[in-house]
Amino acid sequence: MTERDSTTITVAFQEAPPRVNEWRRFWRVFLQRRIVIFGLVILFLLVFSAIFANVIAPHDPYIGILADSLQHPNSTYWLGTDIQGRDTLSRLIFGTRTALMVGFVTVGIAGVVGVGLGLIAGYFGGVASMIIMRIMDALMGFPMLILAMLFAAVLGGGIQNVVIALSIATVPGYARVMNGLTLSIRENDYIMAERAMGSSNARIMLSHILPNAIPPMIVLVTLQLGGIIMAEAALSFLGIGIKPPGAAWGAMVSDGYRYLSNNPTLSFAPGIAIMLVVFAFNMVGDGLRDALDPRLRGIL
Amino acid sequence: MTELLRVNNLVTQFKTESGLVKAVDGVSYYIDEQEIIGLVGESGCGKSVSQLSVMQLISAPGDIAGGEIIFEGKNLLDYEANGPRMRAVRGAKIAMIFQEPMTSLNPVLTIGQQLTEMLHLHMKMNDEAARKRAIELMSLVGIPGAENRIDDYPHHFSGGMRQRVMIAMGLSCNPKILIADEPTTALDVTTQAQLLELMKDMVERFRTSLVIVTHNLGVVARYAQRIYIMYAGRIVESGTTKDIFGNPRHPYTIGLLKCIPRLDEEEGTKLVPIEGLPPNLINMPQTCAFLPRCSYRLDKCAREPWPEMTAVNGNHFIRCYADTKEKKK
Repeated sequence: MTERDSTTITVAFQEAPPRVNEWRRFWRVFLQRRIVIFGLVILFLLVFSAIFANVIAPHDPYIGILADSLQHPNSTYWLGTDIQGRDTLSRLIFGTRTALMVGFVTVGIAGVVGVGLGLIAGYFGGVASMIIMRIMDALMGFPMLILAMLFAAVLGGGIQNVVIALSIATVPGYARVMNGLTLSIRENDYIMAERAMGSSNARIMLSHILPNAIPPMIVLVTLQLGGIIMAEAALSFLGIGIKPPGAAWGAMVSDGYRYLSNNPTLSFAPGIAIMLVVFAFNMVGDGLRDALDPRLRGIL
Repeated sequence: MTELLRVNNLVTQFKTESGLVKAVDGVSYYIDEQEIIGLVGESGCGKSVSQLSVMQLISAPGDIAGGEIIFEGKNLLDYEANGPRMRAVRGAKIAMIFQEPMTSLNPVLTIGQQLTEMLHLHMKMNDEAARKRAIELMSLVGIPGAENRIDDYPHHFSGGMRQRVMIAMGLSCNPKILIADEPTTALDVTTQAQLLELMKDMVERFRTSLVIVTHNLGVVARYAQRIYIMYAGRIVESGTTKDIFGNPRHPYTIGLLKCIPRLDEEEGTKLVPIEGLPPNLINMPQTCAFLPRCSYRLDKCAREPWPEMTAVNGNHFIRCYADTKEKKK
């Protein structure tokens, strides 16, 4: 090795192009489509109203004034009142809290359990994979909503049991995707190199395979949030979800549809809220996928 | 020089649907302290598998069926393959560098995170010390501006630079042996030369023994002190580099050397390829695996099983019945 060699290398490095800031690139692609920004704005408003529900709700969502029952939208009750005289807008705002909480907690629990199971099954293979994935396959045999209904009916209503039922119904999806990701990631040379350096299985799984699987999992989680909120609404609509007097959009739709002909806002308002939140999560999920999927780089 | 590692009769086999593949079939070799040895053979002859076996990194359907690997007086095969005692050897005592620098680093972690991981794990360093040591190592392997480059991701590095990082990682815990599995195959020729030179400097500086696994005789000619030639899962010839290049005795080695151009040859001399293909390792016969391609074959070769390694002189061994010396010129 001569001095000339090392100088050539240095020069080559000085001429390297300026580094791309990954975060800036992420935000640029993510916010490129207007519809994604629209989705983000809706989500922001929903999260805001869920957090500050007590402050912004104009009336008590649980105790109505019976004399004011079934009012049409007016200056006191912007979206009218239900049969018990409770303000629809206030119930809608408190319903946001329920919907988002069920969504995020379910995704959190199902995500952790599903990713864990998929990771173990994919990494160890053999008997572990056999047992875990066959159970997941069996659960996947049922449509998510039917499965959630079954568990909700068995466990009884209430927010806690709805979360448990929906978690059980969504775990297989996460486990399946994570299993596939792990199977492909663990074949990489760097995993072999990592083993050759004396890392334990736990270390390889948590600090090497998991970080590689996070971007697709984030996309999956966001896209599923909408579906879970919809499933919660469906359970509440059927009366096996959130128990009265708790404010839940699905229950509001079901309470309101009896008065559909003369007071349509009662059902339409929560219905539109459900639609908007699902739409918003799907748009944001799409945007995240565009920004995180390396295969789409350069196209977008 | 004292002996550091001795492998005796190592057998590694893979159970496949079409039969048992003995990828490594009774390989024995040794490495002294601070020695550089070369392990040469064509693709699929078991050279990589033999090295992965030493690290106990063979996973199903592969299985180490026999032999012993004596390292610092202990048989590594007595350790559970993924147990704490074996993990304490990997990386800390015996480190390995792989062929493909482009894929041997985790793309989502920074170079610094990957370099310091080993220092945390084996040397029990704290964050600050590990980071300092990582920068030092990066400078040592010739990465300019190491302080600025340590937080870069692997895709910011070229192949040659990544292989330098791999060398730094391999040597980070002062291992006794560094196994380089085709370390330069994926790189272009000028980078190859730089990296081999770097590896030689580094193992001298760290007082580490080096095993260069390669199919390229040219790579080992300059750096290795001793060379093992492998064919079909067995070592067929071993000796000092001078023996192998100056006085090759096994027909396979002779064939290999006829395939590469020499500077001391007369102009216009043609290269002679070895006829035929390497054998299928499934259900191999007892006789010499090189027999179908051998131009020195004797009647005895087809009747008797493959002979043991026999000394030609001193430290030069071959596994062959034929007296190639007679027929050579």
